[in-house]
Amino acid sequence: MGSRIIIERYTKGQVRLAVLTTRHKRGQMIKFSQQQLKTPKFMRPVYLVTAGQSKYGRAIPEKRTEELCIDALTMAAELLNLTPAELKKYIHTCYYGHFADHFGDQLLGEAVIHDRLGLDPLGNVGIKSGGATGGSTLWEAAKAVASGYSDCVLAMGWERMDEVPTDEGNFLIACAADRDWESPMGQIYTGYYAVMAQKYWQVFGKAEASFRRTLAEISVKHHGYARFNPFAHGAMKITVDDVLMSPMVADPLRALDACLMSVGAACAILCDEDTAMELTENTKNKPLRIWVTAGSHTLRPADRRTMEIPLLPNETADQYKKLGKEFPGADRYPGFTGFLAARIAAYYAYRMTGVTDPTADFDVIELHDAFTISDVQTYEDIGIRPYGHGRDYVESGDCYHTNPHTGRPGKLPSNLSGGLIGCMHAVGASGIMQVFEIASHLWGRWAEVHGDEKRWKEFGREKPADWTDLQVTGAKRALSVSHAGVGSHVTATVLMDPDHLLKKDA
Amino acid sequence: MSQYGQVQVKDNRYKFRGDFHRLEQHMPIRNADEGWKLVGVTKPRDMTYVHTYGGEAIFFESLSQGKLLATKCENPACEANGSIFQPFRIYCPDCLSKGTVIDMTDLAKKSATVHTFMVCERSGAFNMLDKPIRFINIEFENVCTILFSYLLVGEPHMGMRVVPVFKYHNPTYTILDLSWVPAGTKAESLPEGFGF
Repeated sequence: MGSRIIIERYTKGQVRLAVLTTRHKRGQMIKFSQQQLKTPKFMRPVYLVTAGQSKYGRAIPEKRTEELCIDALTMAAELLNLTPAELKKYIHTCYYGHFADHFGDQLLGEAVIHDRLGLDPLGNVGIKSGGATGGSTLWEAAKAVASGYSDCVLAMGWERMDEVPTDEGNFLIACAADRDWESPMGQIYTGYYAVMAQKYWQVFGKAEASFRRTLAEISVKHHGYARFNPFAHGAMKITVDDVLMSPMVADPLRALDACLMSVGAACAILCDEDTAMELTENTKNKPLRIWVTAGSHTLRPADRRTMEIPLLPNETADQYKKLGKEFPGADRYPGFTGFLAARIAAYYAYRMTGVTDPTADFDVIELHDAFTISDVQTYEDIGIRPYGHGRDYVESGDCYHTNPHTGRPGKLPSNLSGGLIGCMHAVGASGIMQVFEIASHLWGRWAEVHGDEKRWKEFGREKPADWTDLQVTGAKRALSVSHAGVGSHVTATVLMDPDHLLKKDA
Repeated sequence: MSQYGQVQVKDNRYKFRGDFHRLEQHMPIRNADEGWKLVGVTKPRDMTYVHTYGGEAIFFESLSQGKLLATKCENPACEANGSIFQPFRIYCPDCLSKGTVIDMTDLAKKSATVHTFMVCERSGAFNMLDKPIRFINIEFENVCTILFSYLLVGEPHMGMRVVPVFKYHNPTYTILDLSWVPAGTKAESLPEGFGF
């Protein structure tokens, strides 16, 4: 087989695929069946009615994990003007996201939390999918309501990463890689992802100094937004040069390009329509429609085979015809430059909810910024920018609350919480924290939740004198992406004001 | 006197000998800022796991013999028929038929190139490699996957031609027994224990 570029199109229902990759010397490209690419469908609408979170910190020695979970559930109840006991009476099943048992040295930690939350005799189950654990927990919770099994479910996630020294923490995280083929090499998960970052850096970033500065801008933005978030523990007023001078971790990534390691808990309550209306009556929380989808890709990046690019609704096969020419080295999809799991989660989510252009259809998003460079990779995987052009989302100013070039609202603000870089990465909670954050915009409660002097004081944090209200005015639709390490699992969560749906039968 | 835990399989069962765990005392954790009040305790633990390579054992055994094994799907009904997998996969990921074990040492010597790399300054506990670690992912002619490994000598760059080296002496029987050096590297440049 030669190295020619092959363009093929399939039009079978909603399946449109473009074959863009060279087929030479690599065996057959893998293909996905129509059944695998079917647009998911919930049996009935699912609503997010409230959410809550604890304080996040690098270490919280004064509290047990269950105390943090109770803090989160209590907050969720308070946003509905209820006591925790009143809210608990509605809950029918519980989904617990907790990634790393060995961090807390407690197998079946979910059972401990369930017990301490006093939720017997309800069915409950633990969810684990690495960095995507929070998103996967919501995925399971949403399906429980969508299927009719439960009318009200609790999705609670947490992580405790402060009970071992950092190098042992790195070892424990590396246990999530393949124990025979990857972990022995350095026992450092960052390294297993970093080879992908290097590929993106050289192929799509062309190893340009200007791109390096763009990456640094993301760090500045996320640490900066975290300053206005009392829950966050990575608040910093820094400059691009500060990022560029921070210690090297794995070239070109430096310490300030990386996410935090955190302790904390977050929860969400999902309901059917009747329960949602009852629980939110006379509250400031309008029930929000919620959809969650998920994708996967090989645990070992080494196993990734060439395939066609699954196209999102705002893309055409033609636009990627010259990808390999425009970016030499990009002729192997997804190679090490993209995350198939993120692409597939978006593929399902957009078709499920009627999204045709994520930049235009969403008002605010929270992405899984494990590293500045993976944030950029995700812009492309979820179609905010075409492959190879992710950096433009930052450089245009579209990703900011207020576009620094125009002084006008950013087209699609991202990670106003501070994200994983500025707010937290308490793994099992992260995906739920993201949903808490985007929901607070759709509820119009961002300032109330983040500006409350009492909360700043209670968390022992000083509210900055230049605290700024980051509420996205009139936000009606939002997206969050929860992502595991090298992209083995990714979920996409879409929230919409039910009066602003894009698809009637979604 | 303690003895390292050793295991062998006899009559299809694990036979354990020696110490597989050590007992250490818990220690209190106190808050220096609040009158040395008790916060918690340490929970020391030193234990040895036992792990089987199962159908991949042949791959790990072959490394210290200077052989790089892979698998090939030879199921004519499979879309992946003819695909060579490195990492070695016991079963084809598409049809789940058992792959044919092939020796790809010569193929690796002739065609291995660096697809991507990363020089990593940090490591986790129990790391056995010298830092910085030069991670590389390697492409081969006619192989559909991209092996993850490490460069033993030199500085990596994309497109770099590399050749495999193997830990013949004092092997670890892990993936660390396989490493790579730039094509043209002389045998005398290799660290002790490694050879072509």
